[in-house]
Amino acid sequence: MDKSALHVISLVSVGAHPTSGRPRRAEQDARAVELGLQLAGDNLHVLHAGDAEEPALRGYLGMGVDELHVLAQPPGADALPGLADYIRESGVQLVLTGSQAETGEGSGMLPYLLAEKLGWPLVVGMAEVESMSNGTAQVLQALPRGQRRRLKVRLPFLATVDNSAPKPRQSAYGPAQRGLLDVEEIDVVIDEVFAGAELTPAKPRPKRLKVIKAKSGADRMKAATAKASGGGGQVLKGVTAQEGAAAILKLLVEEGVVR
Amino acid sequence: MLNTLLPILLFAALGLALIGVLRRVSLWRNGRAAKVDLLGGLLAMPKRYMVDLHHVVARDKYIANTHVATAGGAVASIILAILVHGFGLHNRVLGYALLLMSAVMFVGAIFMYLRRRHPPSRLSKGPWMRLPKSLLAFSGSFFVVTLPVAGVLPANFGGWLLAIILGIGLLWGVCELFLGMTWGGPMKHAFAGALHLAWHRRPERFGGGRSTGLKPLDLTDRTAPLGVEKPKDFTWNQLLGFDACVQCGKCEAACPAFAAGQPLNPKKLIQDMVVGLAGGTDANFAGSPYPSLDGMGKPIGEHGGNPHQPIVNGLVDADTLWSCTTCRACVEECPMMIEHVDAIVDMRRHLTLEKGATPNKGAEVLENLIATDNPGGFAPGGRMNWAADLNLEVMSHKKTVDVLFWVGDGAFDMRNQRTLRAFVKVLKAARVDFAVLGLEERDSGDVARRLGDEATFQMLARRNIQTLAQYDFKRIVTCDPHSFHVLKNEYGAFEGHYVVQHHSTYLAELIADGALNVGQHKGTSVTYHDPCYLGRYNGEYQAPRDVLRALGIEVKEMVRSGFRSRCCGGGGGAPITDIPGKQRIPDMRMDDIRETGAELVAVGCPQCTAMLEGVVEPRPMIKDIAELVADALFEETAPAKPAAARREPAEAH
Ligand code: SF4
Ligand code: SF4
Repeated sequence: MDKSALHVISLVSVGAHPTSGRPRRAEQDARAVELGLQLAGDNLHVLHAGDAEEPALRGYLGMGVDELHVLAQPPGADALPGLADYIRESGVQLVLTGSQAETGEGSGMLPYLLAEKLGWPLVVGMAEVESMSNGTAQVLQALPRGQRRRLKVRLPFLATVDNSAPKPRQSAYGPAQRGLLDVEEIDVVIDEVFAGAELTPAKPRPKRLKVIKAKSGADRMKAATAKASGGGGQVLKGVTAQEGAAAILKLLVEEGVVR
Repeated sequence: MLNTLLPILLFAALGLALIGVLRRVSLWRNGRAAKVDLLGGLLAMPKRYMVDLHHVVARDKYIANTHVATAGGAVASIILAILVHGFGLHNRVLGYALLLMSAVMFVGAIFMYLRRRHPPSRLSKGPWMRLPKSLLAFSGSFFVVTLPVAGVLPANFGGWLLAIILGIGLLWGVCELFLGMTWGGPMKHAFAGALHLAWHRRPERFGGGRSTGLKPLDLTDRTAPLGVEKPKDFTWNQLLGFDACVQCGKCEAACPAFAAGQPLNPKKLIQDMVVGLAGGTDANFAGSPYPSLDGMGKPIGEHGGNPHQPIVNGLVDADTLWSCTTCRACVEECPMMIEHVDAIVDMRRHLTLEKGATPNKGAEVLENLIATDNPGGFAPGGRMNWAADLNLEVMSHKKTVDVLFWVGDGAFDMRNQRTLRAFVKVLKAARVDFAVLGLEERDSGDVARRLGDEATFQMLARRNIQTLAQYDFKRIVTCDPHSFHVLKNEYGAFEGHYVVQHHSTYLAELIADGALNVGQHKGTSVTYHDPCYLGRYNGEYQAPRDVLRALGIEVKEMVRSGFRSRCCGGGGGAPITDIPGKQRIPDMRMDDIRETGAELVAVGCPQCTAMLEGVVEPRPMIKDIAELVADALFEETAPAKPAAARREPAEAH
């Protein structure tokens, strides 16, 4: 892959340390930058929508990024329209982002909404880009239990990274201090839904009971390490969209998600 | 014949030596500026040489006496030879003086030669094996040519043959001494060493002083490099210091990382810096290489550099720099008073601050320090959990107190919590008016600084100093020698000046004042492990031993104790960077401990405790001094029951 020919944007947000809650570079966003640096080198474009004064942003510059572009936004503003406009005009081939922000709403919806708005494909949990040529990319998507799925995606596309993506490099003080923040004022769109909402601390989600019927140590190990994967899955092949949708709806009703 | 040639030889050599001086000085001047008292240093130099340097050399009596004879004889002989044979002052008295001095030098050189017959591995070979012979040639030839001047023998005795032999001897000796001095031969150590003593970067070390705190980087100066990338980023007097090395290998013999087979040899490192400042490769290095895992040592001759080339991955590999535990054993042993640790940390600073290349857990620890003020990344709110049931006074309530107990990050470590609780028990028994900072305390910055992260160190230091500034206390006492060192010696540069004591010092005081009612230690025989940051860094060897003696313990000293104590392997972030070697440093230290036959080793540092307890059993037990004292306390509630009713509520022991 020719690094200089590749145009990649990594979207970053301000994170929060899990035990102290102090601002820091967000873990997954840092992985998005790391992957971006490995793909595009110095060509990587790092983009943030929010407050340019936040010192934690320098954590990304410390990874060896010369410049960080900031779309200035007050807290509570909807980052989506500004980001979508910026990305659409940038002529970029790949946009990388973490799966979920550590601060703010943290709904994990941004990549989906952004992809929808841009009309681009979205790869969730991308672990590696294997090749890029002729307007398509071959990538590996991370699945539970270390499994990988090889996907062919047409460019441009959007991808989220999670903990299967390469570990972010150390952020160094010198480059972090020297790096530039390129701030751009954009129209502020107040997020009405968010502004009107009330935030309460999250409660841990109840876990599904796992009944372990293991006979051997290896089985127990598997049961202990496996993510709950349902098991009762059903592969629908060669059905019409209507049939597919009906099957999904039926499942959702059965599971009590839709009433 | 010789009478005409000799002055020419002498003055020609002097002239060439002078050119060598200019060249060498220009090499040093590649370095950055440093604040040095040029004249004062020069004036103080003879005393520094004769007192401070000799004090270190005198630990080995043989070499001390040999060096006095050889060096003293050489300096006097050179001056006299220039007068007598250079300027032709054929005066009898001068002649006899020269005879005497060259004879003294000759005797010294003989002993030097004898020592070199079976040189220990720490000594460099190569040109250093030639040196005693050159000195013999110099002193012997000058002795003989001076005999006629003193009137002992007639002029022109011995005829042509002797004249030729003498001529060769004189040429050899004069070249080694005059040219070798300034053009990079073994005698360079005399010239560079003298100036290094004069313009040392830590002049406080002379006259019995101590200077061990790392020097701060000026982070506000955007033009200054963040640490040392290339040899020219050292200050000029650091470069000069490297040039003073005599390759005696005392540092190599003391270095725990070298002994453990990690890829570090402080002597080689200093010689690599010399290669860097002068330009070239390490092909001529004739000492022990950096150890490698296959036991063969890293090959010599593959590394090189010059003042303007990055050091790491040209001249020195990064793992060499990260192997160091900053134990200062090398600095303590170095007869030339070279500052290895400063140089190593300077280069680490570049790797961490510019390259973001702190190995292994380094990056994670530094991130944790930034985000949680402790290296483990624990929730800062848990800092006082260890004392949940102790009802400790907190400074934010108390404001004024006699003793501020600095807890340190050991608060998060279950093993160290036992030590902390023991110390609190002792403080309470002695009715000391003390308090802790509680949740306001942060990591002292020790590990961040040794890992080269000066920025995080300064952030932590500034915030701690700010916190401490709000309160009134007479002294800070801590169970952690690392916090102790940083608070005492490194916060001063940021306007944090305090009276700081290690708990062993404070305990010794309490016992001496009769404030503590201690009984006798029961059973087991005990040895004591000196922590580097208490001993070599701060000179406290006595207080822990006094405390142990008060408990009725007779310390079974290890061979390597006091200023020669071997590091436990826990300093300088070494457990974090974790560079592999053939064996582990704490295992070697445990062998030292086992050698004494002691069943228990007393320690005074959470790092030492952790490292030594990490050695697999069976091994001697490890106990902190505070625990030993707490165990030996006479319980206050012992007297008859009725009396207890009138007493103050019993303390929770
Ligand atoms: S400080 Fe200790 S570990 Fe580091 S080089 Fe010196 S002796 Fe070796
Ligand atoms: S650095 Fe010091 S102790 Fe080490 S070899 Fe050189 S002079 Fe000797």
